[in-house]
Amino acid sequence: MRYLLLIADDEAMRAGWTPEDDAAMLAGYDAFGNEMGQRGVLRGGERLRPASDATTVRVRNGETLASDGPFAETKEQIGGYFVVDCKDLDEAIEVASKIPGAKHGSIEVRPIWEM
Amino acid sequence: MTGDWDLAEECAQDAFALALERWQRDGVPRNPGAWLTTAARNRALDRLRRAVTGAAKLQEVAVLSTPTEPSDGDESGVADDRLRLIFTCCHPALSTEAQVALTLRTLAGLSTAEIARAFLVPEVTMAQRLVRAKRKIRNAAIPYRVPPAHMLPERTGAVLGVLYLLFNEGYAATSGAELMRTNLSREAIRLGRLLTGLMPDEPEALGLLALMLLHDGRRASRVDADGDLVPLEEQDRSRWDRDSIGEGLDVLALALRQRRPGPYQIQAAIAACHAAADSAADTDWAEIAALYGRLMAFLPSPVVQLNRAVAVAMADGPAAGLRLVEALETSGALAGYHLMPATRADLLRRLDRGDEAAAAYREAILLATTEAERRYLHRRLREVAGGDAGSG
Repeated sequence: MRYLLLIADDEAMRAGWTPEDDAAMLAGYDAFGNEMGQRGVLRGGERLRPASDATTVRVRNGETLASDGPFAETKEQIGGYFVVDCKDLDEAIEVASKIPGAKHGSIEVRPIWEM
Repeated sequence: MTGDWDLAEECAQDAFALALERWQRDGVPRNPGAWLTTAARNRALDRLRRAVTGAAKLQEVAVLSTPTEPSDGDESGVADDRLRLIFTCCHPALSTEAQVALTLRTLAGLSTAEIARAFLVPEVTMAQRLVRAKRKIRNAAIPYRVPPAHMLPERTGAVLGVLYLLFNEGYAATSGAELMRTNLSREAIRLGRLLTGLMPDEPEALGLLALMLLHDGRRASRVDADGDLVPLEEQDRSRWDRDSIGEGLDVLALALRQRRPGPYQIQAAIAACHAAADSAADTDWAEIAALYGRLMAFLPSPVVQLNRAVAVAMADGPAAGLRLVEALETSGALAGYHLMPATRADLLRRLDRGDEAAAAYREAILLATTEAERRYLHRRLREVAGGDAGSG
């Protein structure tokens, strides 16, 4: 079963981090990538540009409406994602819990709709 | 692929149907009423657990659900399957409402209509809730298995939480109109027995069962003929169900023997102190206050603090309790919770501070959530107001 792990955290909070904080976070993601790569569950993943660079697309009555900003106005923004292939939801939750962002943000686990 | 939920559920339903059929064929007298039918199903199901024929189909599911894993060397296919069902129904990825509904549907074998009645929602709503929950189990691949050791404490906590919620839903019910709900307590106890049978080494499961049995033993005296709440100190203790309390004490002793304390065991120990006393005055309040202190380590909640304050008031006098209540009130943690002013009112009443007590009772009445509680508080208010008039 493939799952999309959406990493959401508060960009404003991260903006206040020191370079050391940033380096520690990146090191955390490196370690996560190595561990999960070796375990064979990782199918992909990227870090995203901030939500201020996001465009949300909706189609209403046949008309394409593109608007500035992320799709939900919340305190937390999607900052990246991983696609993992796990044997069940419990494994996906366990993998998600090891993403460094889980400690200060939250990870949404979404099963991928296999076509 | 993980567990095939539909097949598992179908088998569970098959099991109930088969059990019911046997029960009728074997001539056990059939009593009227949906709940007695449920009880009969349950009893029949217990028999079914030991029946080899019924086990075959369930084992098929178990094999299906764990194709790559060895059988963990367990030979009790049916019992093991029910444990898997419990953990699947109470998976934290499901909403609490869904967990409770699924548990009642697949483990207690209640119909959707019965569950809907018990939770006072339309049957259509409950049916949708169940469909959505089953869809999520399938689409998100919620595993159909007993969690591995490192997840077990957390997941067992979730299961115990669902059973206790179920019990309290039923226990809080007081009137005839809510009679359906009181049976939820019985279902919770029955499921608690099932769980302790399946997890005999889990002291908190035993602790929860003990707690429910001890509470349930006091059910008859909790409300008077008018459906009004009777406080513990005024309850007619001769009406307590000594069998239920006795069993609760035995189960608690079993739990404590494992020397791994937890919040349910401590709460059961508190209930046991009450059950062992012949009157409120004879109660070992110092022990209860100490137990609440220990409970704080597991459940650092303001409600536990409030209960501890009440026990301290009984052990060391109302003034000592009032100090704790006022400190808690200053923290603002329980703002809007009616039992806060109600407790303060009670302590002020005991200290003969009638005017202040009356003001606190009025505050509590505004915040109370049920009619029975409001009536009780009004009665107390009249007492303190009347006492004032007499003495002043």
